Amino acid sequence: MIGLIRAELTKFRSVRGWLIGCGIAAVLMVLLAVVAAAGTDARVGGPGARGALPRASDGTPVLDGFTFLQQPLDGDGTLTVRVPSLTGVALRPPTPGDSVPDEQEQATPEPWAKAGLIIKAGTTSGSAYTAVMVTGSHGVRMQHDFIHDLAGPTDARWLRLVRSGGTVTAYASSDGAAWTTVGSAPLATGAMSAGIFVATPPHQEYEQFLGGTSVIGGGAIATGTFDNLTAAGIGAGGDWNLVSVGADDSPNRPESTSTRNGDTFVLRGGGDIAPVDGGTGPKLEQLLSGGFMALTVLAVLGVLFVTTEFRRGMVRTTFAATPSRVRVLAAKSVVLGAVTFAVGLVASTAALLVGTAIRGSNHYPADALTQVRIVVGTAALIAVATVLALAIGTILRRGAGAVAAVVVLITLPYILSAAAVLPAATADWVLRITPAAAFAVQQTVPEWPQVDQAYTPAFGFFPLPAWGGFAVLCGWTAVALVIAAALLRRRDA
Amino acid sequence: MEATIEVNDLRKAYGSTVALDGMTFTVAPGRVTAFVGPNGAGKSTTMRVVLGLDRVDAGTALVGGRPYRSLRTPLRHVGALLDASALHPARSGRDHLLWQAHSQGLRGQRVDEVLKLTGLADVGRRRAGGYSLGMRQRLGVAGALLGDPPVLMLDEPFNGLDPEGIRWMRGFLRALAAEGRAVLVSSHLMSELQDTAGHLVVVGRGKVVADTSVADLIAAASSDRVTLRTVARTEAMTALARVGATVAVTERDTLTVDGLPADRVVTVLSEAGVPFSEIAAHRATLEEAYMELTKDAVEFRATEVAR
Repeated sequence: MIGLIRAELTKFRSVRGWLIGCGIAAVLMVLLAVVAAAGTDARVGGPGARGALPRASDGTPVLDGFTFLQQPLDGDGTLTVRVPSLTGVALRPPTPGDSVPDEQEQATPEPWAKAGLIIKAGTTSGSAYTAVMVTGSHGVRMQHDFIHDLAGPTDARWLRLVRSGGTVTAYASSDGAAWTTVGSAPLATGAMSAGIFVATPPHQEYEQFLGGTSVIGGGAIATGTFDNLTAAGIGAGGDWNLVSVGADDSPNRPESTSTRNGDTFVLRGGGDIAPVDGGTGPKLEQLLSGGFMALTVLAVLGVLFVTTEFRRGMVRTTFAATPSRVRVLAAKSVVLGAVTFAVGLVASTAALLVGTAIRGSNHYPADALTQVRIVVGTAALIAVATVLALAIGTILRRGAGAVAAVVVLITLPYILSAAAVLPAATADWVLRITPAAAFAVQQTVPEWPQVDQAYTPAFGFFPLPAWGGFAVLCGWTAVALVIAAALLRRRDA
Repeated sequence: MEATIEVNDLRKAYGSTVALDGMTFTVAPGRVTAFVGPNGAGKSTTMRVVLGLDRVDAGTALVGGRPYRSLRTPLRHVGALLDASALHPARSGRDHLLWQAHSQGLRGQRVDEVLKLTGLADVGRRRAGGYSLGMRQRLGVAGALLGDPPVLMLDEPFNGLDPEGIRWMRGFLRALAAEGRAVLVSSHLMSELQDTAGHLVVVGRGKVVADTSVADLIAAASSDRVTLRTVARTEAMTALARVGATVAVTERDTLTVDGLPADRVVTVLSEAGVPFSEIAAHRATLEEAYMELTKDAVEFRATEVAR
């Protein structure tokens, strides 16, 4: 087998056009990285900008702005409240010459509008917290550290937070008598702020149709009504103070207000406590967007690596030298996979380095492991796709047909989905069933169940996880190789 | 390994077209066996079957007693040239041989040896696309020799060769056979193999028409016919008729004598005192003998086309 692999490697390296093809693939990838990096608008900076955003404990950039009616809680304690109503108002985005945003009455609040109890390490944006809340349409939730979200009962209106030592436990109840535990989370001991809060993500309407997308959005204001508020514990008591957390960072946010009518409090304001939407800003994988070009060029090589042998009858010399045709196919796959993996690895690394040198780290953060995953994943995607192309070439024995098949199966589904040509629903299943699903290895932005955004390929979100999409490609390749092997054995050479 | 090719009752049909119809023959070591027949007689198909490239409906093909597909490094057992133009034009002749060498676990040094052996040492590093057909044939032969195999099988190696090349190839094939190898050479032009082949397998319509030594074939095709030129026509006819020969007058002073070898004719005429000026024995060429044998197959094809 070693000799056979050496033979196929000799075949590959001795056709200069194929080596040039490898070079072109790498250059295309780096070129596209330069274009992507240079084309990124670098107007980001200053207060509220992505670079200045607070981070969750794992580094995820987050939003931390809300309307907070609080008092101190220095040790153990218990907060209880009833939230009889949570309503919302969407603001039309400000148009030029229109200084005051119009308020549009809205029947329901944003699905992820929040009103409830929170214990937070101070009132600065980004500090640790644990909260239990009623939401617009997701029932009771317990959230902490911005990225953690636990579902509670859907119809409960009574909320309770109990702080005990380094743990905060959240409860919910529909009648204020029978309580169910929602969850608990660690929270540091010491002096904290505790109270009621209101927040709501902005209003967004997202539409993707054949040939385009449209996003209409604007700020939103949530109004939460609270009663039966009790706060008991070490350091608790005294007046309730209104704080607009994070207001300094987002000057356009609607003003936070608080009104008290007897035992009833009404809080009103915008902002949100949640991970930021990673889909709309610059993303690291955009520097690897030349991957599909490199893949296409190398896949053509993969096709030619076998179809030229069929066309010229050279395959007879090959099979006379090695009667086991399956071993020949295996050797070709190994050589092609290894060569294109190496080319893909060099090209992806170069693209990432060059692009980062131009653009800096002005993108949704990706930790070292994620960076390695997208670079190695892109190389693996290219390598396996090239082997798939080889298998298709073996099956069809015609270069033109096989290249067309590869483009239709891999390149087109990816481009049409990523460039938002296909409607979102179509793109979703196209990227589940075609080999292009493997482009999921390039996704760096995470999906958050507790954040509504357009989780579509056009915004860098793939329907399958990285390993799942890659598995789809591997499945196609395995099936194609099995068919190719069976046909090779059956057909006359 | 025994240097033989044994082909036994090969049958293969493409749809309703019968390509091989009970092809059976054996190639022995130490001589060049010519594998001849008209185009479409099944020569190339047989060779592909021997190399395990094409499947057969029935029959077996053994090389040195073993099926080709069971050989681990087949090029060390059988060297074959099927189609000299079956190479990638961008690849150098040397690289074309090098990958074949690697596939058999042979070293690059062997590639340079066979390039030298076939007179390609100077052009080995040039793109094979620029080779003439004659150079490609040499490259194909070089590939067949890579593994120094005891059995060689060459399909139409004379195609595209210039007279010098044909002479080279003939001598080369004879030399290879003289080393004890079994050499099977196909051709549709008998004349190319006239002085090269020792044995002949003539095929037509997918089966063997004749399997004979070249000497026997020529002898069989040559009848005892002697052309005689004499001024004493009547005396000569009388003398020859008396010993049992059939004599016919072809020209005023020319007779043809059937049924008596030339040396007997001379003796009979001398003893009878008949003067003659010229005597010639007719001897068939290999070409004529071959045409005689394949006449049926060719005629069948001609009528088939005409229908």
